[in-house]
Amino acid sequence: MHIIAFLIRRALQAVIVMFVISLIGFSIQGNLGDPLRELVGQSVSEAERQLLRDELGLNDPFLIQYARFLGNALQGDLGTSYFFKRPALDVIMDKFPATLELVIGATFIFLALSIPGGIYCAINRDKWIAKTIMTGSIIGISVPVFLTAIFLVWIFGVELQWLPAFGRGDTVEMPWGWDTGFLTLDGLAHLLLPSIALSSIMLPLFIRLIRAEMMEAMGTDYVRFARAKGLSTRRVRYVHAFRNTLLPVVTVGGLMIGTLIAYTILTETVFQWPGMGFLFLEAVNRVDTPLIIAYIIVVGLIFVVVNTIVDFVYTLINPMVKLPGAKS
Amino acid sequence: MITWRGFLKRFLSDPVAIGAGVVLLILVLMALFAPVLAPQNPYDLMQLDIMNSELPPSWKPGGDEQFLLGTDAQGRGVLSTIMYGTGISLLIGIGAVIVQGILGVTLGLIAGYKGGWIDSFLMRLADIQMSLSTLMIAIIALALFQAAFDANVYADYAIIMLILIIGIAEWPKFARTVRSSVLGEKNKEYVDAARVIGLPARKVMWGHILPNTLTPVLVISTIQVAEAIMTEAALSFLGLGMPVDRPSLGSLIRSGFEFVFSGQYWITFYPALVLIALVLALNLLGDWLRDVLNPKLRRGDD
Repeated sequence: MHIIAFLIRRALQAVIVMFVISLIGFSIQGNLGDPLRELVGQSVSEAERQLLRDELGLNDPFLIQYARFLGNALQGDLGTSYFFKRPALDVIMDKFPATLELVIGATFIFLALSIPGGIYCAINRDKWIAKTIMTGSIIGISVPVFLTAIFLVWIFGVELQWLPAFGRGDTVEMPWGWDTGFLTLDGLAHLLLPSIALSSIMLPLFIRLIRAEMMEAMGTDYVRFARAKGLSTRRVRYVHAFRNTLLPVVTVGGLMIGTLIAYTILTETVFQWPGMGFLFLEAVNRVDTPLIIAYIIVVGLIFVVVNTIVDFVYTLINPMVKLPGAKS
Repeated sequence: MITWRGFLKRFLSDPVAIGAGVVLLILVLMALFAPVLAPQNPYDLMQLDIMNSELPPSWKPGGDEQFLLGTDAQGRGVLSTIMYGTGISLLIGIGAVIVQGILGVTLGLIAGYKGGWIDSFLMRLADIQMSLSTLMIAIIALALFQAAFDANVYADYAIIMLILIIGIAEWPKFARTVRSSVLGEKNKEYVDAARVIGLPARKVMWGHILPNTLTPVLVISTIQVAEAIMTEAALSFLGLGMPVDRPSLGSLIRSGFEFVFSGQYWITFYPALVLIALVLALNLLGDWLRDVLNPKLRRGDD
């Protein structure tokens, strides 16, 4: 029963976080620049301005304006970008596929490397390869993602010229309006360096996490019991012990989503990757307030949704972990 | 707790710790004495000559022995800018950690000592804050700050804003550590004794419990300075941190980035090397300190 209570509490928390984000977004929108000036320019007389202000509701009390903003936001209207002269949400959604593909590419790379790497380091603690990986991981933690990215551009893009250094390459339009770079060789080649750069920040953290959790799992009664039953070492390690490391991996992975979004901005900047992060920085440089606010709200929403899903998954697998070995 | 002598002995028997300590010492001294040591004051316009721009390091063909590590697009010696920039990076890193420490230690002490709803409220707040990612908060806060003020105002206050934003966003790390130490200490006899003789809660907290929570605070501080320097570098790289006329290591890297494509790698490469050395030295020292002082603490395990 308390799973439902937990979910309700989480959903409530998510709503509060979104409410706070929207309130911050709204109050900033009101204070940053005059929307009227952006709309009509200097040539309109003061009387006409007042009329327009009334029409646009800019003279209404704060709460009424906020309610209107919230109502519009709930209907998917987050204002109009000053620069693009289009709805801010549409502009962001155009760039969303590029960012998502970058994140998918990076996730694929760091999971494919950190799981075997972490398990290996936990089992062969004293071998030199494991020690090298652990040393490498603390160096990896100390290298900022934008330096990894610049280094990759410099070596593989400029010096060796093996891979394209910026942009997204050829994309194919999918029937549901999604431009994907996954389906062309050129698109994949463009994706490779940015994905490696983005994954480089998660990789050392996950190797350390999986190693630590795996070492802990190997010492539990549950694993000792499985071993005593005469199960093969392989089965004990990869099925019984590894399953216990999944929970923290999922949790930390979920908590990292905010970090990942921030690092996406850095990676996209270096590679001039036409995604949401690059768009956001351009909006900052152009003081395109509606676009900045819309980005913050969209990112906040992504963050809240992913976090809530992670908590949900967490509660789903939690009971299994609490009853180790009960099934067998 | 170990004694100073034991501490020194362990330090001197660990080559990694010595190496990290030496690197850190060199970088700190270099930054402190930049005005004396640097061959050029890179922010004195009188000393700059545009004819010297984009010179390669002195051992390369076309290099000038006046500029050991070459010059950037404005004719500033890369070595000199690195010396000054390291100082800015360290200042922001240490400043931010002082803010984190003051906020985190105070709130952690209160949460741990008072307990009850204050504790749960502060810890829920810490949960939410932790899940939002410092870099993300800082990017958004600085983007809005930059949009709200004009470039000159922004440049004047950038350093303070960076210290405050990175400081405020990271308080939960200190608060949680201090809180858990306080929970361990507060039922010990010496605390009871202090309470029995009628000392006010404030005195018990600050005078008696706090000194016993300082070991983990020291460990975290070292790693947090590294984190803060990295965060600042990332923000400056994005153009949301230090302005070009008073660059940190991050903004130096940014200013040279576009030249990487045309082969002038040194403008970015040497500041990058120093940044990595600085952060790595702090991380290694932090890990070493943790192993020596408090083996139970684990990194990234909050």
